[in-house]
This record gives sequence, C-alpha cells and structure tokens, in this order.
Amino acid sequence: MAEPALLTVENLSVEFHARGKIVQAVRNVSWQVNRGETLAILGESGSGKSVSSSAVMGLIDSPPGHITAGRALFQGQDLLTLTKDERREINGRRIAMIFQDPLAHLNPVYPVGWQVAEAMRVHGVPPSEARARAVALLERVGIPHAAARMNAYPHEFSGGQRQRIMIAMAVAMKPDLLIADEPTTALDVTVQAQILTLLSELRDETGMGLVLITHDLGVVAQHADRMVVMKDGEVVETGRVADVFRAPAHDYTRRLLGAAPGKLPFRVPDEAAELLLEVQGLVKSFHLRGRFLREAAREVRALDGVSFALRKGETLGIVGESGSGKTTLARVLLRLMEPSSGSVRYRGQDVFAMSKEQVFAFRRRVQVVFQDPTASLNPRMTVEEIIGEHWAIHPEALPAEGRRAAVEKLLVQVGLDPAHARRHPHQFSGGQRQRIAIARALSLKPEVILCDEAVSALDVSVQAQVIELLKDIQKQYGLSFIFIAHDLPVVRDFADRVLVMHRGQIVEQGPTGAVFTAPQADYTRTLLAASPKADPTHRPQRRAGERL
Amino acid sequence: MTGFLGKRMLWSAGSLIGLVILVFFMARLTGSPADLYLPIDAPNEMREEFARLHGFDLPLWQQFANFLRDLLVFDFGDSLRQGRPAVDLVLEALPTTLLLAFWSIGIALMVAVITGALAAWRPNGIFDRIATLLSLIGASLPNFWVAIVGVLVFAVQLRWVPTSGTGTVVQWVLPVAVLAIRPCGLIVQVARSTMISVLSAPYVKTAEAKGVPRRAIIFVHALRNAMLPVITVAGDQAAGIINGAVIVETIFGFPGVGRLMIDSISYRDFAVIQAGVMITAIAIFLLNVLIDIAYALLDPRTRAA
Repeated sequence: MAEPALLTVENLSVEFHARGKIVQAVRNVSWQVNRGETLAILGESGSGKSVSSSAVMGLIDSPPGHITAGRALFQGQDLLTLTKDERREINGRRIAMIFQDPLAHLNPVYPVGWQVAEAMRVHGVPPSEARARAVALLERVGIPHAAARMNAYPHEFSGGQRQRIMIAMAVAMKPDLLIADEPTTALDVTVQAQILTLLSELRDETGMGLVLITHDLGVVAQHADRMVVMKDGEVVETGRVADVFRAPAHDYTRRLLGAAPGKLPFRVPDEAAELLLEVQGLVKSFHLRGRFLREAAREVRALDGVSFALRKGETLGIVGESGSGKTTLARVLLRLMEPSSGSVRYRGQDVFAMSKEQVFAFRRRVQVVFQDPTASLNPRMTVEEIIGEHWAIHPEALPAEGRRAAVEKLLVQVGLDPAHARRHPHQFSGGQRQRIAIARALSLKPEVILCDEAVSALDVSVQAQVIELLKDIQKQYGLSFIFIAHDLPVVRDFADRVLVMHRGQIVEQGPTGAVFTAPQADYTRTLLAASPKADPTHRPQRRAGERL
Repeated sequence: MTGFLGKRMLWSAGSLIGLVILVFFMARLTGSPADLYLPIDAPNEMREEFARLHGFDLPLWQQFANFLRDLLVFDFGDSLRQGRPAVDLVLEALPTTLLLAFWSIGIALMVAVITGALAAWRPNGIFDRIATLLSLIGASLPNFWVAIVGVLVFAVQLRWVPTSGTGTVVQWVLPVAVLAIRPCGLIVQVARSTMISVLSAPYVKTAEAKGVPRRAIIFVHALRNAMLPVITVAGDQAAGIINGAVIVETIFGFPGVGRLMIDSISYRDFAVIQAGVMITAIAIFLLNVLIDIAYALLDPRTRAA
C-alpha cells in the first residue's frame, strides 16, 4: 500500500478490574483504517467491539480499565501514551466520535447550536465564527430551518435528527477519522438508511476514514469496505466485506452469517384454521394539549381504522416504524387500554364488554412477552417465583403441589437448566432472560402470545435461537403469535401473514410471501428498500446527494 | 406559565384551608386564654367579660365561622397580648426570619455545591473522604447543640461575636452559621452523589470526545445537570428554616416568626398563632414556586409540561 494507514491499532489488550476480578475486555486486537474507507467492526454484545475505539479516544475510565499492551499509531503518534493536553488536541479535532442513543449523548440542558459550536470553540475557533459555522453544519446534515433551531434543545428533535446533530458536531473540525459506535441501532430502518448514507457522503466529501462499529450484518454488507469480526474480545476475521461474506474463513463468522434472518422459505397461512381474534375498525385517539392555553387540543389518532383477524396456530407479524401505532395496538389487544371506537372479539366475545370473570379467563388465554426482559422481570423475585406467580393468580390452572415440577419442566422446555430455578434474573444473560419471560407466558397454557419487539434487543445468534424456540412451542401447542417487530427479515422468516402499519393505519396486509415479494403499498416498498440486506452483492447504487 | 401558577395556587389553597382549620381547633386545645391573662382569683364576672370582649363566649362553630369570614379580608383579629393586629406582628417578624433563611441557605448552597463538585472530581480521593466525613457530621448535628456550643465558644470564651441581638452584621454570623451547617452537610452529600452519576452520563463522554477540558466538563456540562436534585433538597431545607428557626431565634434573641410563634403559643394568643401559620404557609408556597421557576430555568425539558 502506497499510503500508510490512517490509524493502526496493534496488539491492543485491555482489562477491567471489578470486585477483585479481572476481565479481559479485548486481547491482542489489531486493525487498521485508511483515508476515505469505511471499516466495520462487527460483533455481538460482549465481544469487545467498542473497546478498541474507546481506547483510541482515551475514553476508557481508569480505574477500572487498564490498557495492558498495544499501540494505536495515528500519523506517527501513539494515541495510547498521550498526555491530557495532547489528547484534547486530537479528540474532536483530528478524530471524532458519534455514539448510539444520541438523546443520552447530547447534553439535555444546553441548546443544540451551543453544543455544536462548542466542538469548535474548544479548539480555538472564535465564538461568533463557531456559531455561524454551526448553522451551516446543521444545514449540511439536513436539519430543516437550522438557523431558527439553533436554540432548540435535544428533546425537541426526533431520534434521527439528534443523530444528525451528533454528526454535525463530530465533523465540525473536519476530522481525519470518524468513529461511529452503533450510530443507527435505536433508529427506524428508513432513518437508519438516511444516516448511513449521510455518513458515506461526508466521508467522500472530506476523505476522512470511517470506523463503523455495529452488530448488524446488513449495515456492514451495505455500507462498509472492509470488516473486522470480533468475538469474546478477539479479532477472529479481517478482510474485504465482499470476500468475508462470500467465503467466511472463521467458524464463528460462518455461524453469524448463517444466523442472519431473511433466508428461509416463506410460511404459508392456513386459511381454514379457526378464528381466534377479530379486530374491527379500531380507533384510538389521544388529545394533545396545545402549548398555549388558547390553542385548541389536537387530536392524534394512534390507531385509525385497524381491522384484521388472527387464526389458530398462525403467526401474525405486525411491522412498522416508531410512532406507527404498534404499541398502542398491542395495549388495546391486551385490554390494557380502551379503544375510542371499534371492537376486539376473542372467540366471538367482545373483549371490552366482558364480565369480570370473562376478563379473568381472557387474561389466561392471551399472554405477552415484552421487549426488555430486564425491565419486565421483577429483579427481586426468583425465576421460580416469577413463573409461578401466574398460578398464584389463577390457582385453578394448576394445583399447588404440582407447581415446582411444572416450573422445572417449563425451564427445560425453554432451554434453561431447571437447577437454576432459585436464581434471580440478573444472573442470566439477555437471551436467557427472554427465555424466562417466554416460560412465564407459557405457564398458563395460553392460546395467544403477543410478542412486542420480543427479540429486538437480542444478538443475531441469540435471536435465531429464541425464534427457533417460539416455533417449537407453536408447533407443540398450536399457539398463535402476534409478533410485533421493526426488523423485517425476522418477520419475513417467522410470520405467516404480515400487517404493515404506518401512522395508525394498516397500509398493507397479506400472506408474508406476497407482502415481501410483491408489495402493493408505496410505504411497504420504502420500508423494504431501506432494510439493509446482509448481502454485499445487492448493494443499491446511491446517487450523490440522494435522500431516501 | 400563568396557567401553571394558577393551578399550583388552586392546589395550595386546598391544603391551606385544611391547615387553617387544623390550627384553629388545635390552638384551642391548649386551654382558655382567660386563665393566663386574668389574675388567678379573678371573679367569674371578670372572666365572662374577658370572654365576651374577645368572642370566646360564642359557640365554637360560630367562632370558627367568624374566623373564616374575617379570613376573607385577611383579618386575623388582634393579639391578646399586645392588642395590635396579629397580621402586623407577624409581618414585622417575617423579614428577620426570611433573611436568616436566605443567608443560611445561600451560603450553604454555595459552599456545598463547590465542595460536592470537587469531591466528585476524584471519588474516594483524599478531598472526597474529608468532605464526606465532615458533611456527614454536619448533617447529623442537632441545631440547638451547635447553637449552644457556638455561643459558649465564640461568644463567651473567644468573644469574637456577641451572644445575641440583631443590630449589626456580626450578630448575624453565629445564627446564620448554625442554621447553615445542617443544610450544607446534606447538600454536599446530594451534590457529590449526583455529580458522580452525572459525570458518568453519556453526554459527558461526548464532551470528552469533543476535547472539552475537564474543568469545563465538570462546571459547565455536569454541574447544571446535577443542580436539579440539589435545588430540590435546598428548597426543602429552606422551608425547614422558615418554620423551624424557633430554636435559633430563641437562643440568639432574634425577633423572628419562630420566636413570635413560640411566645404566642405559650400565651394562648390564638390570633397571632393563626396569622403566623397562614403567613408562613404562604411564604413556603411562594418558595416552592421559586423552585419550580428555577427548575424551568435549569432544565428545558420541564418547561413544556
């Protein structure tokens, strides 16, 4: 290579000391990134994919972290041995960084314009010039009416706009290298596509190097030139994206690529199956108070004429972006919220006209698994208590003496060790916790389980396992699933039929195969186009300046 | 903002009415004022005359109705002891107490926030350990004990400050210091712990990645975020001083609301007790409004609500 690499990380090892234990966060990690290219660091949670870039930025808190070996050469300088003053010269000026969850990473009490300008002020740009350039930067990253919104605060922007603001802040000093740590993880797919396109454009404009840390194979396949695969703190594979996807050398990479959803044959719904749930013309409106007293209350329809049916033994996928009404629909279906109009019938019975006893029976039949098992499992209860609580509420479901054995049986069924029944949720991994939540949902032998983004927070390989588990229990009990998700490939593999929601309405519904191969609605097409495919050979050519 | 204030007032009016009813009846549980103001061997005619003069001969419900009627025009009646309108007495005493509270909390806040922020700079460092220990002691010391020891050491032994009175600035030093110690200790602890958690917030990482100097990270990025819980605790403590300066005012001979109330209770001066409670409650309501305004200034997210 004629030009030396922009940044070279060599044999980096980092340890964390916590409660007398030493944890090796990364071992012997080496990678390099050149000007004008995008390097993806791919890994699942706990793989250490973010640690090396934190070390490069000097963001590892010490204690508890210790860099035990290695170098990070950046234009002849070892970044790991900088003094505090030298570090401030590099950070923000030569190397910049953006993070996941821009809301948390922007200071909530200062206006965004001030924060963008600060990135320049701390590097010696006079305040008035910094402010003028901040307006231009916010305009460049696509904040409408940037000048007028300089004094607005982070909470007054949407998630995608906040990440744009973070990007404006990061590129303010025209850095040589931009590190993006899971920059689009919390964003909708259409917004994700816009943000990644923006990053690529800025890279091309300035010739900076871009390090993209992600867990998402699709993002890597669509946006990176070279990739580093990490597992358990070590680099297992490095190479050009096209090469790694075509011929993965390491076993783990092969497994990871194999676990990527979106490749199975479409499932076909059974139109003759018994009708369980019929939803007719659901409307749920909220009245938002105006900012000023005289302003009339605004009506927002979270659900606007939603109708569909669920049959026995099928999986109904509900896809849509944030704000599409998915969660409101889930709450109405669970009878946690009353609709403004319309009806939900369960086996012909109006769910909102049930007697107390009928509601009680309905609750037994319809269970739920939420997105975040850490939040939905009581941290002070043991697994046995969590699963068994259902039987305490519905004692007719199972006599007391059979409960211990039943808990163990359920744990085995969801792939957990029955000996762990006395443990508390924090002693399990994220995937295991979601298994506990599934065991809890199964404990009353329901007919319907509503999964609200139940696999969204899980790593790809864990996600695949949990979906496998859901399929197994579906087959075994003839369960119906309402599977709410924003991740299209997962829905594609697991659902028999799909509803696409947008702004409270169902814009399209039909058998999964039909919706994915021949979408009728424009919005469905946009959604499918924005969803990054884990296949670098299908990379749509982007025109310069194009916005999705 | 006005709509918000109106709502707050309506809420507070409810609790104020409850408070007034409670005070009216509880004051009367202490016994008849006639026993205190008349000679012990006063004849019955004299007692009846006294009662009639001050309206104590009416049935209790009627006394209460009169009280409520007069309340509408903010008339609490005259003090039994001094024969002047009760409201005037309370309003004369109020500035002393408010000033006492203002200086105590002001000084406590300033000292505590800086100490807390510096302690959070290096958690478990030597400064942090000393600050934490001192703040714990400060927060645990009872007022009356500090006041008495303070008088003994600084006024009696060292003769640096006078023992009592309000005329000059030096006379304020000891009472303000005594009142400031407890809030100061508490606020150091709150400021320290919120600063430590704020300093590990994601936006602090962003600031580091931008190359912002450590000093600016602490005093610009973190401190303003850490002020919200601090303000809450400080407001609580200020309210405590407004209605709890009794001991300090008594020991140092300050003519504040606290001492006025204690005297009025022992003399069964119902009108002054009622006026004092009402006006203190209003002062605390206004203090809470100030805290809400401070919140809105510090945190833009609370402005929309």
